[in-house]
Amino acid sequence: MLEQQLLNALTLGSVYALFALGFTLVFGVLAVINLSHGAVFMVGSYVALALITHLQASLWVAMLGAMLASGIVGLLVDMLILKPLRARNAPHLIPMIATIGVGIMLTSAAQGLFGAEVLRFPEETLPAGEFVIGDVHVRALEIAIVAIAFLLMAVLFVALKRTQLGRALRAIAESPKAAWLLGINVEGLFHITSFAAAALGGIAGVLIGLNFNAITPFMGQPMLHKGIAVIILGGMGDIRGALIGGLFLGFAEVISKAYLSSQMGDAVAFGLLFLILLVRPSGLFGRKLERKA
Amino acid sequence: MSANLLSIRNVGKRFGGLHVLQDVSFEVPAGSIYGLIGPNGAGKTTVFNLITGLLEPTAGHIDFQGDSLVGLEPHRITHKGIARTFQNIRIFKEMDLLENVMVGMHDHLDYGGFGLFFNSPACRAAEKRARERARELLSWVGLDKKADMLADNLSYGDQRKLEFARALATEPKLLLLDEPVAGMNPSEKTILMEEINNIRNRGYGVFMIEHDMRFVMGLCDRIAVLNFGRIIAEGTPDEVRTNPDVIEAYLGKEDE
Repeated sequence: MLEQQLLNALTLGSVYALFALGFTLVFGVLAVINLSHGAVFMVGSYVALALITHLQASLWVAMLGAMLASGIVGLLVDMLILKPLRARNAPHLIPMIATIGVGIMLTSAAQGLFGAEVLRFPEETLPAGEFVIGDVHVRALEIAIVAIAFLLMAVLFVALKRTQLGRALRAIAESPKAAWLLGINVEGLFHITSFAAAALGGIAGVLIGLNFNAITPFMGQPMLHKGIAVIILGGMGDIRGALIGGLFLGFAEVISKAYLSSQMGDAVAFGLLFLILLVRPSGLFGRKLERKA
Repeated sequence: MSANLLSIRNVGKRFGGLHVLQDVSFEVPAGSIYGLIGPNGAGKTTVFNLITGLLEPTAGHIDFQGDSLVGLEPHRITHKGIARTFQNIRIFKEMDLLENVMVGMHDHLDYGGFGLFFNSPACRAAEKRARERARELLSWVGLDKKADMLADNLSYGDQRKLEFARALATEPKLLLLDEPVAGMNPSEKTILMEEINNIRNRGYGVFMIEHDMRFVMGLCDRIAVLNFGRIIAEGTPDEVRTNPDVIEAYLGKEDE
């Protein structure tokens, strides 16, 4: 039974990590907490659903479409909202409020277009098949979710660590001004970051939608809270932290639901987070929350 | 194209009603070390910010190799061949030295977004060349042995040298140094003086702001003196040193 729960936890945790990774990337590079990330997550799952039900797209095409569409939403948020705020040197709280507004607009739009009821992917589009390893039932769907989440995270890690694009992004995270004067088109990389982060958020939405086979306009909100918890736990802006934090939250939630109380899963998980942060206020991989202008 | 790399003509900068710079003109020749001195608050760093595009002048012209720089964004000006270091060092502390320098090569390390995903041979070759060039630049400033160290662990003097190497990685023609010896002890200053001389001897133009008179006088070919936003003298170190306006405005107050 424990093994089965661990598998569930890994599935959930890997998607949390994927979601949080985009969230923390935007914070690291743009120094903005983009609170529309939860709504972008929801947009991803609806786009995939619409592609499958209306255009008979395959699941894989739907996933790519969802990434692209949510990436574009992220790009537009950056170009239309965050960029003008940057140009006016808006204080940190302003982009947070502005992106809360974006989140509400996207949620309302989804409600208007698709209704408030729970929608589901048609059964036949889900990856079928199930393996039994010992007493553990492994659904092909879960393997696909974990594989996609880890693959995307690996691509991001390698890109950040080993490529010029990654070096430029890390340079901006430390000092946008120095990076700019070294010839880096900082605004351009802000756009790329916003696109990539939202694309990761969008595919996370598809994966969660598939895992529970339930999509609602309001699914972004609890995810946003979890994402915030994960990146604070991991250390704001820290990529490894988002991975470890996401997996941790997945495990804490699933295990407490399974062994303590099915009602109290989130409460226990968040309580645990609180205790960890009492001991390590800057998060697992936290560094000083300072940055040069 | 003239022998002047940088030409500043009748430049003015106003912040609201405050004239920070008025009618500033001077020329930085190629292959030389040029100094800009003046008391605190004279507007020296503003001159750098205007040249590098962080600020726009309210009057006048700034030309680099015959092209106007006014209105260009900082990264475009860097592409044209101007690099700068900062008064307060801004190295990337969470990267190693090699990576710090490679960030400066951003423009010259173009392997396209797609080559990246397919790990194309062209992309790997570009990456390898960049690494070699970065090591070479680190060796120019004597930091090649520390290439894999985190920049955060460097001494103050070494951090300055790393900034030089990183600025040179942009392949500039003109290097702007904002108070390169601020906060350094005499032996570090001597080493840095050699470094700057070496950089010039490699064919780069150097334009520095500096407070340390001995340092400026010993290193620069020509000097402009800024006081209350105006150029009050320009010439060789000897000419500037003996200029009565300069003595009154600047040297006379050196011990304050």
